Amino acid sequence: MTSKTVREAITEALLQEMRRDPSIVLMGEDVRGGAGSAVENLEAWGGVLGVTKGLWSEFGSARVIDTPITESAILGMAAGAAMTGMRPVAELMFADFFGVCFDAIYNQASKFRYMFGGKAKSPMVVRTMIGAGLRAAAQHSQSPYHIFTSVPGLKCVMPANAYDAKGLLIQAIRDDDPVVFCEHKTLYEKAMEVPDESYAIPFGEANILREGSDVSIVAFSSMVYVALEAADVLAREGIAAEIIDPRSSSPLDTDTLVETVEQTGRLVIVDESAARCGVAHDIAAFVSQEAFALLKAPIQIITPPHTPVPFSPALEDVWIPAADRIVRAARTVMRADD
Amino acid sequence: MIDPPPGIHAITVPKWGLSMEEGVIVCWHVKPGDAIRPQQDLLDIETSKIVNAVESQCTGVLRRILAPPGATVAIGQLIGVVADAAVAEADIDAFVAEFQQHHVLLEAEQSEESQARFITLDKQRIHYLAFENTAAPRLPVVMIHGFGGDSGNWMFNLAEIAGRQSVYALDLPGHGASSKSITDASLFGLAAVVSAFGDALGLNKYHLIGHSLGGAVAMEIAKTRPASAASLALIAPAGLGTSINPAYIQGFIDGQSRREIKRIVEMLFFDKTLVSREMVDNILRYKRLDGVDKALREIAGHVFPQGRQAYDFSDWLKGASALPVTVIWGAADEVASADHLDGLGEHVDIHIIADAGHMPQMEAAGKVNQLLMAHLSACK
Repeated sequence: MTSKTVREAITEALLQEMRRDPSIVLMGEDVRGGAGSAVENLEAWGGVLGVTKGLWSEFGSARVIDTPITESAILGMAAGAAMTGMRPVAELMFADFFGVCFDAIYNQASKFRYMFGGKAKSPMVVRTMIGAGLRAAAQHSQSPYHIFTSVPGLKCVMPANAYDAKGLLIQAIRDDDPVVFCEHKTLYEKAMEVPDESYAIPFGEANILREGSDVSIVAFSSMVYVALEAADVLAREGIAAEIIDPRSSSPLDTDTLVETVEQTGRLVIVDESAARCGVAHDIAAFVSQEAFALLKAPIQIITPPHTPVPFSPALEDVWIPAADRIVRAARTVMRADD
Repeated sequence: MIDPPPGIHAITVPKWGLSMEEGVIVCWHVKPGDAIRPQQDLLDIETSKIVNAVESQCTGVLRRILAPPGATVAIGQLIGVVADAAVAEADIDAFVAEFQQHHVLLEAEQSEESQARFITLDKQRIHYLAFENTAAPRLPVVMIHGFGGDSGNWMFNLAEIAGRQSVYALDLPGHGASSKSITDASLFGLAAVVSAFGDALGLNKYHLIGHSLGGAVAMEIAKTRPASAASLALIAPAGLGTSINPAYIQGFIDGQSRREIKRIVEMLFFDKTLVSREMVDNILRYKRLDGVDKALREIAGHVFPQGRQAYDFSDWLKGASALPVTVIWGAADEVASADHLDGLGEHVDIHIIADAGHMPQMEAAGKVNQLLMAHLSACK
């Protein structure tokens, strides 16, 4: 076992799965890079952040396909390939762009298995970048996974660390349903021990990062680290926080959500997706409906404000949910039943 | 480490398992001024894997506690001092100061004394831990873990044995960091891998310590290659009787979620609180690896078909009167039961440990180490 970054873990998952299964193909803008240039055998980019670098050299242009800047073509090609027996891994460079290509997964791939009575399937993955924090402004910084979560037939995962990134991506590739795989831009350099062997993490199985009996903090993707930072502050105040990363929003590990509230009676949800109709709101509604009697305090939801992501660094930093907001929310729920 | 002056005994943080670098003091069971006797539980230390008690090795009075509950402590760190009542306070302070100065120097030059190594046998890459003790001209020890386990199951036992003689703990194929594809998943095949391992390392003759399935593997080796086996120490072994808890075997194979695996792993212990989140996470990480599911099903199909044990070595063991054998069993074992312990013969030394389940080498490590050391010392 060696230490790998999230980026390396994703590359390794793609490499190992492509070696195992020749029906896997990659497609997207610059997933090779340099295609059509005067230099032969040029692998220029490997994706905008280098995640797919090295794959074209091993698998060639038939399996690592550079596309034009046309998201509708990328996802349309992937959905069609999936239906006809391939296992495409398409790259939607920024999740913010889903608007121009949503039909392929929203109204096509996610409906096939249902509409054809199980006789068709859509084993495709859409790898896509989410998240604020890179000064990329309002059109390249969003985390619209709440939209993907709301679509039946579509699965949605968002790894928070390198171990999960490799195992969840392998699961996504082997899964027979379309999966949107959300990679947070600020997490690519996070490293941890990752097995060299292949492994798949089942969807709908939350990761419990820390156990605690006072307050449950549910957080996704990069918000997990903000929650951990808050938990350290709370620990110094004698408040034991349980940190839960559901890892996938669809399917959602509702059993673990109820179990943790059973133990703590207090719930804080941290979610970068949206200030309205986000994944946090979905979880809060579920817990209120299914476990209201267990709650000792109103559920607290921490999201960005209902505004576009600001370009001003000072404003963007305030826009991203921060640890002190989680600490204040935890204190509030701790006081509620005094 | 420095030798303490006469009458003074250092309590240091033990190294439990390869990956342990530090631990957290959970609580002290004794307070300064208390009389201390050997094998008494002094304190509990939590590692990333498990909470375990540090036992006294000496007699005296607890004179110093140098790390309070909650403190993070490094392996080898001085955390307490036991001394005869007659030793002066100033002498203890001088010892503490000297120890701590040396410990800093030691840390700077310390190299890993054991190594994780790999060897390829019959197309299977086998991972093993080696603690080679060249100072002692004694026969080496080979340790074999149980079904679904790995060499890490010996984390509390390896250092103790390594202090006396060389010891090797391997991961069976399909387990730990070894290859997940198994050439022959029968008991014969597993025993052949261990025998080939011994041959490849030039061990010739060795003591076999086996836990659960590893116990049956050890007996198969001793039975088919008697010249290799110097002795047998069997901890909650498979292969002595036909019953095995099918709920455990099937549950371990089928379990996919933390919830399911926690319930299953709790069957291994008398004290269910020992089953930590980390322990369950580590088992899930292992089970998720490609090939593990198939490997476990293949082994279970051979060794535990239809929820029964396929091999019973009882009659053979009765007849193997020249072989020194120690059998250790937890009284609260929920996985394997000792059907035929009666009448195994004079050469079989049987110890039942109260308040321990299927993993006495972890749950009652101090007691098991004592029994293993006595067993190894008695073997010529």
